Amino acid sequence: MPRYQNMFTQVQLRGPLEAGPPLRDATFTRTGKGFYNYLMGTFGNAQIGPVYLGTLGMASLIFAFLSFEIIGLNMWASVNWNPIQFVRQLPWLALEPPGPQWGFKLFVPLAQGGWWQIAGFCMTASLLLWWLRTFRRARALGMGTHVAWAFGAGIFLIITLGFIRPMLMGSWAEAVPFGIFPHLDWTAAFSIRYGNLFYNPFHCLSIAFLYGSTLLFAMHGATILSVGRYGGEREIEQITDRGTASERAALFWRWTMGFNATMESIHRWAWWFAVLTPLTGGIGILLTGTVVDNWYMWAVMHHYAPGYPGTGVIDPATLPGAPK
Amino acid sequence: MSRVLTNIVLASIGGMGIALLGGCEPGPKQSTQVGYRGAGLDQIVDVRHMVKTAAIPPAPYPLPADGGPTAGQTYQNVKVLGGVSAERFNHLMAEINQWVAPPEQGCAYCHNPANMASDEKYTKIVARRMIQMTQTINSQWSPHVQNVGVTCYTCHRGNAVPTNKWAMPGAQNPNSIRGNRYGMNELSADAAYSDLPTTGFGDYLAGAKNIRVNAHTALPVGRMTGASVQTAEKTYGLMMHMSKALGVNCTFCHNTQAFASWSQSRPQRVTAWYGIRMVRDVNNTYISSLASVFPAYRKGPQGDPYKVNCTTCHQGQNKPLGGVSMIDQAPALKGPLVMAAAPAVAPAAAGAVKPLAMNGPQAAIVKK
Repeated sequence: MPRYQNMFTQVQLRGPLEAGPPLRDATFTRTGKGFYNYLMGTFGNAQIGPVYLGTLGMASLIFAFLSFEIIGLNMWASVNWNPIQFVRQLPWLALEPPGPQWGFKLFVPLAQGGWWQIAGFCMTASLLLWWLRTFRRARALGMGTHVAWAFGAGIFLIITLGFIRPMLMGSWAEAVPFGIFPHLDWTAAFSIRYGNLFYNPFHCLSIAFLYGSTLLFAMHGATILSVGRYGGEREIEQITDRGTASERAALFWRWTMGFNATMESIHRWAWWFAVLTPLTGGIGILLTGTVVDNWYMWAVMHHYAPGYPGTGVIDPATLPGAPK
Repeated sequence: MSRVLTNIVLASIGGMGIALLGGCEPGPKQSTQVGYRGAGLDQIVDVRHMVKTAAIPPAPYPLPADGGPTAGQTYQNVKVLGGVSAERFNHLMAEINQWVAPPEQGCAYCHNPANMASDEKYTKIVARRMIQMTQTINSQWSPHVQNVGVTCYTCHRGNAVPTNKWAMPGAQNPNSIRGNRYGMNELSADAAYSDLPTTGFGDYLAGAKNIRVNAHTALPVGRMTGASVQTAEKTYGLMMHMSKALGVNCTFCHNTQAFASWSQSRPQRVTAWYGIRMVRDVNNTYISSLASVFPAYRKGPQGDPYKVNCTTCHQGQNKPLGGVSMIDQAPALKGPLVMAAAPAVAPAAAGAVKPLAMNGPQAAIVKK
């Protein structure tokens, strides 16, 4: 049978567990000493732990648990606490935001959207606390804070959808429900209500960055794996040598398309593409309803919606004597 | 890593991929372009699974010639069909017997056999009102039913109560989350098994709420004057019902570039527009007026009689009964001819294209 060398890690080392540098700015010490796990080692590092959760991590997990429970229990209650129906209908079940009659009222009765507000608050708190944790852990290790800012871009999109835009529109009803199918149908209804989101230029940008991210990821991943036989995954230590994996990878792209990324710049591209996907998407969401009410008509106004030949159909409501 | 483990992992990844295909509908698809190229304007018909036209029952006996004494002269207490000839009146009664009445009861389902003129059975009152309704549909709603028309059989299909019907859902305590689905997120055929709201029947097929949720201008006119996303979801749920009821895609009526734009829609959308209003008329003028006549077991949880929606007649076909007209066998149901509203469909060359499988009930079977 043909084998693909890089599907799983081929060699796992065993030795004394890596303890890491001493903690700085820590509220308490790491939990446990860590252990080896073969299966995890086939995907990543075989050493699991020790874990550092700290105050922020603990608080974040508590809020995440609260949010998860509120959503799940609301869904379960909606099927009269029937466990079979809960499993069977789970993809359909939802926790819906308050209706339009409540506007942007801060405290809505629990059964009419209040639970959604609490779940949304807990989820947001959990995300922000975890964000702060990635920031502080990176600082503690003397790293840059790139992970935190990339994570922040995703959080920005979530908060835009669930809080900032509903606030600007003055209505919680504009927010996304919790639920597997419900949030997808919300997306479709949102696009239809605001006249086809495909004409939103920021939606276009977001798609370009999303697809660009997958392309860059595929190119980079394939390049590094293809020079794995020369130790290409150990990038930095060999960039100055001739004939190394790194030089072959660079040459490959220079021969194929005349230009190559560097070992550093490829990660910069990937970071920006990934970060710009939710950032541009979030801007597109923010503009919808607040600044532009019908993206199709906006595209017609700016002469970039393609015009198709008319079908000759007229709105029957405009005819004399039309039924109401 | 061991070869066995690799094999197991590869086999399970392959197995998962195959399992995902379980969501597909195998079998030939027939795709027909129904609008301008490049805009996804096509109808895709799953030929093997499309709804086949139900068997049309033969006439109980050949339709007698018109003329002779009228039903009003011959029988007592004939309020709606008094002007119809007695021979044709009897023919229609025989048809109703075949189309609607349970076979074990026959005429006695509506009539007291000892006194056929008596109105003592509620079913007779209902039947009389339904004959008026059918006449109104045929004479005043021709923009929807065209010249094909409808008869009792279009909805009833041999059942005393049509199979597809709806009533207002049971009241729900708004201050409790227990069992509260808020009229959506249900595993329900009413929204074609999407989780979209199923409240569209009450809002748009009995009530006359506005389905048009799109803004008319590119830029907002005032603050929060437009429809909410939740309102858009309600109309979307109704559209899913229509799609399922007719067995068609969105692009049967709309150009999805701009759902709201009439000048890009197909003429079928105009037919549907009249259909929505026809159903409102049927539900409000005819069925709701029978609220005091129907017994409790013929009513929904809120005490309103069961009403019609698109599925009541269409039953999965874009033309009920595959477009077969039965009205010539029941001319009394045509009703008094009234000039309908102005012709809605402007000359529309694009509208001439129809999916092959939908042109006639037989076309799909012949097509390989």
